[in-house]
Amino acid sequence: MSLDLAALTVTLRGSPKPLFAALTLSVPLGAVVTVLGPSGVGKSTLLDAIGGHLAHGFTCTGRVMLNRRDVTGLPAEARRIGILFQDALMFPHLSVGDNLAFGLTRAVRGRKARRAAVEAALEQAGLGGFHDRDPATLSGGQRARAALMRALLARPLALLLDEPFSALDSQLRSEIRGFVFDHIRERGIPALLVTHDLRDARAAGGAVITL
Amino acid sequence: MRLSLALPLTLALAAPALAQSTDWQTTLAAARGQTVYWNAWGGDARTNDFITWVGQQTEARYGVKVAQVKLTDTAEAVTRVIAEKAAGQDAGGSVDMIWINGANFAAMKQQGLLHGPFVAGLPNAAYLDLSPGSAASVDFTVPVEGYESPWRLAKFVFTYDSARVDAPPATMAGFVDWAAAHPGRLTHPNPSNFMGATFLKQALIELAPDPSVLQAPASDENFAAATAPLWAWYDALRPNLWQGGTTFPENQSVQQQLLNDGEVDISMSFDPASTAAAIEQGLLPETARVFVPAGGSIGNISFVAIPYNAANWQGAEVVANFLLDPATQAHMQDITVLGSYSVLDPARLDATAGAAFAALPTAPALPGVADLGPTLIEPHASWMTRLTEEWARRYTK
Amino acid sequence: MTEPGRALRATVLVLVLGGIILPITLGLWETLRAAFGILPAIGARELSLEPWRALVALPGFATSLRLTLITGFGATLLALVLATGFCAAVHGRIGASAGGRLLAPYLAAPHAALAIGVAFLIAPSGWIARLISPWLTGWTLPPQIASVHDGWGLALMLGLLVKEVPFLLLVILSALGQVPVRQHLAAGRALGYGRGMVWLKLIMPQVYPLIRLPVFIVLAFALSVVDVAIILGPSNPPTLAVAITRWYASADTRLILPASAAALVQGAVVIGAIALWVGGERLVAALGLRWLRAGGRGRSAEPGLMAASALVAGLMGLGVLALAGLAVWSLAWRWPWPLALPASWSLAGWLNPGSGWGGALALTLGLGLATTALALGLAIAWLEGEDRARRGRAGWAAALIYLPLLVPQIGFLYGLNVAALRIGLGGGIPAVIWAQELFVFPYVMIALSEPWRALDARLLHTAAALGASPLRRLLAVKLPVLLRPILTAAAIGFGVSVAQYLPTLFLGAGRVATLTTEAVTLSSGSDRRVVGIYAVLQAALPLAAYLAAIALPAMVHRNRRALSGEFGA
Repeated sequence: MSLDLAALTVTLRGSPKPLFAALTLSVPLGAVVTVLGPSGVGKSTLLDAIGGHLAHGFTCTGRVMLNRRDVTGLPAEARRIGILFQDALMFPHLSVGDNLAFGLTRAVRGRKARRAAVEAALEQAGLGGFHDRDPATLSGGQRARAALMRALLARPLALLLDEPFSALDSQLRSEIRGFVFDHIRERGIPALLVTHDLRDARAAGGAVITL
Repeated sequence: MRLSLALPLTLALAAPALAQSTDWQTTLAAARGQTVYWNAWGGDARTNDFITWVGQQTEARYGVKVAQVKLTDTAEAVTRVIAEKAAGQDAGGSVDMIWINGANFAAMKQQGLLHGPFVAGLPNAAYLDLSPGSAASVDFTVPVEGYESPWRLAKFVFTYDSARVDAPPATMAGFVDWAAAHPGRLTHPNPSNFMGATFLKQALIELAPDPSVLQAPASDENFAAATAPLWAWYDALRPNLWQGGTTFPENQSVQQQLLNDGEVDISMSFDPASTAAAIEQGLLPETARVFVPAGGSIGNISFVAIPYNAANWQGAEVVANFLLDPATQAHMQDITVLGSYSVLDPARLDATAGAAFAALPTAPALPGVADLGPTLIEPHASWMTRLTEEWARRYTK
Repeated sequence: MTEPGRALRATVLVLVLGGIILPITLGLWETLRAAFGILPAIGARELSLEPWRALVALPGFATSLRLTLITGFGATLLALVLATGFCAAVHGRIGASAGGRLLAPYLAAPHAALAIGVAFLIAPSGWIARLISPWLTGWTLPPQIASVHDGWGLALMLGLLVKEVPFLLLVILSALGQVPVRQHLAAGRALGYGRGMVWLKLIMPQVYPLIRLPVFIVLAFALSVVDVAIILGPSNPPTLAVAITRWYASADTRLILPASAAALVQGAVVIGAIALWVGGERLVAALGLRWLRAGGRGRSAEPGLMAASALVAGLMGLGVLALAGLAVWSLAWRWPWPLALPASWSLAGWLNPGSGWGGALALTLGLGLATTALALGLAIAWLEGEDRARRGRAGWAAALIYLPLLVPQIGFLYGLNVAALRIGLGGGIPAVIWAQELFVFPYVMIALSEPWRALDARLLHTAAALGASPLRRLLAVKLPVLLRPILTAAAIGFGVSVAQYLPTLFLGAGRVATLTTEAVTLSSGSDRRVVGIYAVLQAALPLAAYLAAIALPAMVHRNRRALSGEFGA
C-alpha cells in the first residue's frame, strides 16, 4: 500500500496563485511522512484535499493515488483515508464504545463479533471497560488514543494526521506519539503528518517536507 | 255529483300547497347530511350556545348539522362572498348562511349576492306577518322580497347601573344635561360599528325637525337640514363624554365591560334581555337595569340570508325554517337561554304556542313588552351611511 | 468533483419559491390590481386612480399614517436602546443559556395574549389601579385617564415593547457569543473608558451588524401590526394597518379599493422606514466615528445603564403580571372594581371544553405541529443542501427567507385569498397551513441556521473519513448532535404558528377557529373570563413547546455532558 501525490496543489477560487507549490511525493507502507510549515500556509488545506474534505471555494489540481488507484474524483467517504485532528473530536452523542463502532468496517459482521472487535481495540488503547462511558469524561490522552483506535477500526488504506499532538502537554505528547506511530507501523498504513513541531518530525522518522 | 266536483276542486285549491310541500320535501331530502356554515357575530357566548343548540336540534330532526363561523363584524362574511365571486366561485361557496340586516343586506341584495327569494317557501313562514310594510318585510326601508328570513327581534335599549345612577336621562336631548352633571361617565361605540351608528340614529329621529324625511333616501339637500340639530346636540355632548370624546369603545360588548368595570355608567344594546342575561352570567352587577327614552326607541328584526353561491343552501333553508318554529322562538325568548324577543306574529299563533310563550320565566332586569315603549321605525339605510361618514369627517382627525 | 446536493438544493429552492415567494407575489398582484380600480366582483373593471383619491379623502388617513410612523419607529428605537442598556448592565452576570431560558416564556407568549393582558393591567379600571385603590389614590371610581387607546399610541408602544425587548435581548445575547466581550471590556477599561462607554464605542458597533436583520423585522412588525393595535392602540383614528383591516371589513364594499391602495401604502411605509433606518445607521456610524476619534472618556453611563435595567426589569414584570391577570380572570366569576382579587371564583369556563376552547385547542395544536414539521423538514433540507454543495448562503436566498417577515401581512393576504380561491384551494385547513407556513418557515430557518453552521465541520470530516455517506452523516451525526437547536427552532416555529391571526382569518374563510382568532374575536366581547381562558391556553402551548425543547435534549443526552449544557449548542 502506498499513498502517492502527483503535482497536488490547492488554489483559492479567484486567486491567481496556488496556496503552495505543487506537491509530488510518495508515502510507503508503514511510513510517516511529515509536512512542516508555519501556521496559515495551508497544511490543513492540503490534508483536506487529500482526504476529500475541501470546501467549495477551493479548487484542487493534481492527483491523489492510493495503491496506484486514483481516488482524486471520489467523495471522502469512498476514499478510505482516515484522519485525526488536534481535538480528538469524539462524537458527543455516542458513548466511547459506540464512537469506535461507528467506523468499524462492515467486513466484521454480527453484533457479537463487532462488540468483541471494539472491546479489543479499547483494551489495546488501555481503555478496557470504557465502552459505555461519556466521551466528555475522558482525559485528553484517553481521547487521543480512542480517536486513533476509532480511525484504525475502519481499516483505512492511509492515515492523515493534522497536528494531533499539539493539544497535549509534553510528557503526554511523547507517550501518545509513540502509541500512534507504533500502531501505524504495525499495520503498515502510509501516514502523512502535518505539524509545526520538529520533535514530531524526528519521532516520525520518515521524510520531511517543508511547505 | 257534488262529491265528484268537490274532489277536483279541493285538489285544485290544494295544488299550490301540495306543490309547496312537495318542494319542501325535496329541499328536506337534499338537506339531509349537509353541514350549514352559519356566519354569525360571535361576541356573545349565549347566542353562540343557542346556535349550538339549534344545530343539535336540526341534526336530530333533519340530519342537518350547523357549524357557526364566529365573526367580529358581519361585513367579514360579505367580503368573503365578494372574494369568492371575484375568483369566479359561483357554487360551493364557503358561506352558507349569514346573520344579517341593514346596510350589509342592502349591499348584498343590490349586487346580486343572495340566494332566493326563498322565505315564502318555508312552511313556518305562515306564522310571520309578511304583509307589505310589516317589520319582517322591510329591512331598514329596503324591501326584503323573500331574500332573508327573520329570526330575532332587536330593540335599542340602554343599560345603567341603578346603584350608581339615580335617574337616567329621560330623553335623548336630556343626555346633554346628564353628561354635564356626570362628566366622563357616558360614551358610545365608535359609529363605524353598528351600535354606535344606531345611537346617533336614535338621537337623529328624536331631534330631526321633520322625522318623515328620514323614510326617504338621504340627499345632499335634506341631509344638512335634518342633521343640524343632531350635530349641535353632539357638539354640546362631546366634551363631557368618556375620555373627553377622543376615543370610543370598539363595540357594545367592550362598552358593557366598561360599565361592569365602573368606568362608565351607561351602556346600550339591541337586545332588551341582554342585561338580565349578563347579570345571570356575572357580567354585570345585580343592580343593572334597562331604560328606554320616553319617545320610544329604534327596533328592527335580525334576519338570516343565504349567499347565491352557498354550497349547502338547502340545509340553510331548513335551518331558517326551524328558527321560525314557535317552539324554537319560545325557547329563544326564555331568559335563561337567550332572552331574544320573538319575531312571530302573536295573532297567528295557536293555543299551545301561545301558552309556551306565556310560561316563560321573568327577572327583575328583564323589561316587560310594555316597558319597551313604542318602536320607532328605522330610517332609510342611506341615512346611517351618511351619518357615519359625517361623524368621521367631523371627529376623526 | 460531482455535483452533490444539487438535486436536493434544486428541490428545496423550487419548494420555497413556489410555496412561499409565489403566494406573496400573487397576493401583492391582486392587491395591486384592486388598488388601481380592478375588482370585478364588486363591478370595478376599469383602471383608474379613483381609489387613491378616495383614500386620501378618507377621514383620519393622515393621522393614521403619522401614528403608524411614530409608534413603529418609537417602539423599535426604544426596544433597541433598552435591550442594549440591559445587556451592558447584566452581561457577565447571566450566561447566555440562563438568559435564554429566562427569556423563553416571553418569546413563547403570543403578542395578542400579552396585549390583552397589558390592556387589563393599565386600564383606568385595570389591575394596577385596583391594587392601589382606594387606599393609595383615594379613587372610588376609575380615574379619567386615557391609559389604553390613548391618542399618542403610548399604550400600543408599551404592548409592543413587552414582546420586542425580550426578542432583541435574545438576539443580542446570541450575537455577543461571537464577540470577545470580556477581552474588549478589559482592554477598554484599562484605557480609561467606563463600562457603558466601552459598550457604546467598542462592542455595539460589532454586535449591531449581527442583529440588523432582526431589528428590521421588529421595525416591520411594529409598523404593520394589527391585533395588538386593535387591543391597545388609538381607535379614532387607528394606526394605518388597523384602518385598512376595518376598511376591508366595512359594509360599504366600495371601500375595498381604497383599502387595497392603502395596503400598498403600508408596504411602501415599511420599505421607506427600512431605507430611512439604513440611512440613520450610516449617519450614526459617521458621527460615531468622529466621536470615537475624539477620544473623550465621557461621563459615566452608569445611571443610564441602571435606568435601562430598571425599565427592562419593569417591562418583564409587566409581562408576567399581564399573563397572571388573564389567568386570574379565567378563574373569576365576578370581579368588581376596586377589588384586588375576584369577589367570587368559578371553574365553570375551564370545566366546559365543549363550549369552544377544546376544539380551538385541538385545532391550534394540530396546525402548529403540521406547520412546524413542514418548516423543519424544509429547513433541514435547505441547510443540508448547502452543506453537501459546500456552499455558504447566497445573499438572494437569505432575502427570500426574510421576505415574508418584512412584507406587511395586510398588504397581500386579501389578494392571496382571492388567488387561493381561484386555484380551488378554498377556505380550509390546507390553505391555512400554507398561509401560516409563509411565516413559520422563515423563523425556523433563522433559528436553525446559526447553530447548524456552528457545528464543527471537522466532526463531519471525521465521520466521512470513517466511511459514512452524506445521508448517514446527516442522520447519525448532525441531527443527534443538533437536537437541542432543532427542537428550539421547532418551538419557535410552533409559537409563530399559534400566534398567527390574519392568515388564519383570511385563508380559513373564518371557519378555522384557532385559539388566537377566537381570543381576538372574543376580546371584542365583554366576557374577560372567557378571553382569559383562551389567552392562557394561547400562551401555554408555545411555553410547553419551549419546555419540551429544553427538557427533551436533557433527557435524551442525559449521559452526554457535551450536549446537555448550553442552550442552543
